[in-house]
Amino acid sequence: MAGKDKKEKDLRFAKFGTVSFTATTKVNDFIDLMEKGQVSGTKCKACGMVFFPPRADCYNCLTSDMEWFPVAGTGKLVTYSQLMYAPVGFTEDLPYAIAVLDYGDYKVFGRIGDVPLSEVTIGMELKTEVNKLPNGQLNYVFNRP
Amino acid sequence: MGRVAIIGVGQSAFSRGYPGSIRELCFEAYKEAMQDAKAQNKDIGASVICSSPEYDKQRSPAGVMAEYLGLTPQPTFYAETLCSSSSTGLKLAYSLVKSGLHQSVLVLGFQKMSEISSAESQERMGRGADIQWESPFGTMMPAYYAMYARAYLNHYGVTEEDLALIRVKAATYGPLNEKAGFKKAVDLATCLSADPVASPLKVYDCCANADGASCFIVASEQVVKDLGIAKPIWVLGVGAASAPVNMAGRDLFTGLRVAQLASQEAYKMAGITAKQVNVAEVHDCFTIAEMMAYENLGFAEPGQGKELIRAKATYKEGHIPVNVDGGLLSKGHPIGATGGSQIRTIVLQLRGEAGPMQVKDPAIGLVHNIGGVGLYGNVSILGR
Repeated sequence: MAGKDKKEKDLRFAKFGTVSFTATTKVNDFIDLMEKGQVSGTKCKACGMVFFPPRADCYNCLTSDMEWFPVAGTGKLVTYSQLMYAPVGFTEDLPYAIAVLDYGDYKVFGRIGDVPLSEVTIGMELKTEVNKLPNGQLNYVFNRP
Repeated sequence: MGRVAIIGVGQSAFSRGYPGSIRELCFEAYKEAMQDAKAQNKDIGASVICSSPEYDKQRSPAGVMAEYLGLTPQPTFYAETLCSSSSTGLKLAYSLVKSGLHQSVLVLGFQKMSEISSAESQERMGRGADIQWESPFGTMMPAYYAMYARAYLNHYGVTEEDLALIRVKAATYGPLNEKAGFKKAVDLATCLSADPVASPLKVYDCCANADGASCFIVASEQVVKDLGIAKPIWVLGVGAASAPVNMAGRDLFTGLRVAQLASQEAYKMAGITAKQVNVAEVHDCFTIAEMMAYENLGFAEPGQGKELIRAKATYKEGHIPVNVDGGLLSKGHPIGATGGSQIRTIVLQLRGEAGPMQVKDPAIGLVHNIGGVGLYGNVSILGR
């Protein structure tokens, strides 16, 4: 019967980014950790493989027993680009810059935060921080340490 | 087992707003390829239909096209690897013919992008990447390729002017291609002063959306004989590779790993080296993409692609002509049709039938066709 015994859906991931395209994922705790100010990846408890973005399953040893680790310290800026046009749903964010940071064991894709673009250089050290968007959504950005 | 040939090629004009439905668009390319091969629908053993979803509303277009083109009840399959869908179609068709499962396979690629707005199209293309972890940041294709451009220019000391030279070359050849959507001349100053789209890429560094269809017929040596094909073009090598979808998983930002891997596989299969290629079609969705292709295909050492374009070595009269049909930059880029259009150009070149685009007596041609931001790499080598 409709509505009876219907389990409530865990849609926490709908909060990720200006527009989220995925509501349900087994790594939904990523959002709870973001609410606490922490950007996190996952590490396979069996083989120690490290994943960012975080994932629920390890293709290396075919297990799904993961633990969270914080994206801590700084990473080196690999590359970036400032957008002057945006896809549908993102025009109010313009202009913004997307970028990749290299932490050695893993890389992080995200947006540049409040570093003026004229001061951005490839190779500079930046840290990853949780960012609250004007529409109440959450993402993470790269800022000076 | 015998060799595998391409026996017929065709394409529609590429344009901004095709005044018909997707099946009518496909018919234009189909008709040309069938007339080219002097084939009838009973001569086709199976079809592979290639496009990328969410531009038109049709789900599972393979069956729809097979019916409209008169290719039922033969089996039909759908192939999708974003912008390289029809090169994937070639690899599938090659495998089907080489295995002996079918004697001839028709590959048809199409895209009618004008059914949605340009901003919607950017959103669709952006979702050809990682929708869970990247799209929420507001990504689009020019910005992804712009990240490669930023890393490449920075690492090798290449300039935005070097990239613009690639657009100037494309604009030189657009007017020679009757099927090209963009025939206007573009000079260096215009390229360099254009509005930024995603830094460092500006308007003329980017190809435009288009509507279009392409078609080619892959067949066994027996069919070549039966249909009396005068100038079969042989498939010598088909290479393909994939890469992590998220930029965080990439190990190279100054080139496309998938293009390196796909070309190595294709060269090995064809038993040739890069030096033996006489004419090439590369995936210049952005100027930076052609620059990286020069190097990833082995036409130039890493960081030296700029020397090829500065010396005009990739012009029609140069030692390795590239995209002398205007490329995606001048033709326009109807996602699913692009690979087939590149294959058509190389087939015409090898037959000596490329008209004003013809390079001098080529024996071996190469097609480099990339899906997504270096997500799928396809390199095909064809010979007389």
